[in-house]
Amino acid sequence: MGSIRFDKVDKVFGPKTGGMKVLEGIDLVIGEKEFVAIVGPSGCGKTTCLRMVAGFEAPSAGSVSVNGREITSPGPDRAVVFQQFALFPWKTVRENIDLGLRNKRLPRSERSDRIAGALKLMNLESHAEAFPHQLSGGMQQRVAIARAYVLDPEVLLMDEPFGALDAQTRVVMQEELVRLARRNPRTVLFITHAVEEAVYLADRVAIMTRRPGRIKEVLDVKPVRLAENWDRLARIEDVMDLESFVHLRTQIWRSLREEKGPHGV
Amino acid sequence: MNGARLTIGQGVAWSFLGIALFLGLWTSLSVSGLVPRQFLPTPMETAARFLSLFTSPFAGATLPVHLASSFRRYAYGVLLAAAIGVPLGLLMGWFRLLDDIVSPIFDGLRFIAPIAWVPFAALWFGTGIGGPVMIIFAGAFPPCLINAYRGARFVEPRFIEAARMLGTSDLRMIREILLPSAVPSIIAGLRVAAGLGWQSLVGAELIVAAAGVGFMMVQAQASVQTTTVMSGMIAIGLVGMLIDVLLRQGEAWLRRRRGLEA
Repeated sequence: MGSIRFDKVDKVFGPKTGGMKVLEGIDLVIGEKEFVAIVGPSGCGKTTCLRMVAGFEAPSAGSVSVNGREITSPGPDRAVVFQQFALFPWKTVRENIDLGLRNKRLPRSERSDRIAGALKLMNLESHAEAFPHQLSGGMQQRVAIARAYVLDPEVLLMDEPFGALDAQTRVVMQEELVRLARRNPRTVLFITHAVEEAVYLADRVAIMTRRPGRIKEVLDVKPVRLAENWDRLARIEDVMDLESFVHLRTQIWRSLREEKGPHGV
Repeated sequence: MNGARLTIGQGVAWSFLGIALFLGLWTSLSVSGLVPRQFLPTPMETAARFLSLFTSPFAGATLPVHLASSFRRYAYGVLLAAAIGVPLGLLMGWFRLLDDIVSPIFDGLRFIAPIAWVPFAALWFGTGIGGPVMIIFAGAFPPCLINAYRGARFVEPRFIEAARMLGTSDLRMIREILLPSAVPSIIAGLRVAAGLGWQSLVGAELIVAAAGVGFMMVQAQASVQTTTVMSGMIAIGLVGMLIDVLLRQGEAWLRRRRGLEA
């Protein structure tokens, strides 16, 4: 239940020959209830990796599968949290969260129970009847996370979910996601370009090269986190001060730095 | 916008000046004798006739009765166009196959002016209500369909992706995602449709035997009652403006309600 497998995946945009190759030979297995973050320079194809798991894009070669089933189309077993939230502006918070449950044809009473649970989980109880445009960016992203969690998906796909938020809101959301992920572990594929965010949230961090993107190396964060007991600290800045955190972060930075262009861009 | 901004008062003043110039030109043309007075009555004569038509019937009815009769046909025609055009446009925007089937036929037919349907409307429906409704429908249908179609085709991809990842079926996608995001485009299309439908009215009433503003004008033309013809034109212009103002208000209200305008 809930493992993701990339098997020798290539992705070419445009014509098969002469098109733009964005991914090359991606091999990655994300285990059951494992939280994996992919970091990489912009344009390296990390979002394309997620979009293939979601079923929005098909690989040009190789295969992407979830629980051994090859992915052919999008579905509620693979819930996505988008960078730009993608909440339906004409639906209230409750209606946004409800859509996936209605699509599953769940009975009304079960739906309202699950919505209540998701609202509570994301501290949204007092905003159930609000429309997205009445909420701040952080609140909107909470709704998007609630909309994904309420489906109880096998895997959760997060595409730079905090990239559009201001710095303070982002920190709060990162801390909440850590609490959520530790209390209620899921299989998560998390795309980001923020190294600290990846180290703070993930069990493993995959580093990608410049285009065409390949997986350069995969770092194990979880053993360090458990050994140093990062989770005793509630605040992200305290975790980020720990020597073990700094060490991992620097290691990833160095690796990414080698991927920057000759002018550091 | 080009040029300096005007205050509301200045704007109104210039508008009045425009109207005054128009009426002045009209009056001088009709009193100059360049055109026979009978073929171009003065604004004052026309206004007097316009008012008298509210009380004294012409061609069997007063102007308000003619207008009411016209409006009924118009409403049927436009509502029918919206009821078929909007859903069909949305379906075509989602199902590629339907788009491929309908688009070539539609693209050919929509360039035929509504009035060109008059002979067939007369043949098929005689003097019943069907003929005029069909002609108004021909005027109002294309913008209903085109705008619903465009609205559906240009929905932000992230909404469609989000709905698909939530497992949304085709029909629910159309009803709950395409339709609401296409609403601004559909409303704009309905406004255009309302205007074009109203413009088709006189043509539609060429084949009417009972009442209607167009019918009144055709009868007046036969007896060279130019002031009555012009009164009909004024009535059509005024009601058309009124329809447009009301629809604009409705559109603005809907936008506010949806929170699209902060």
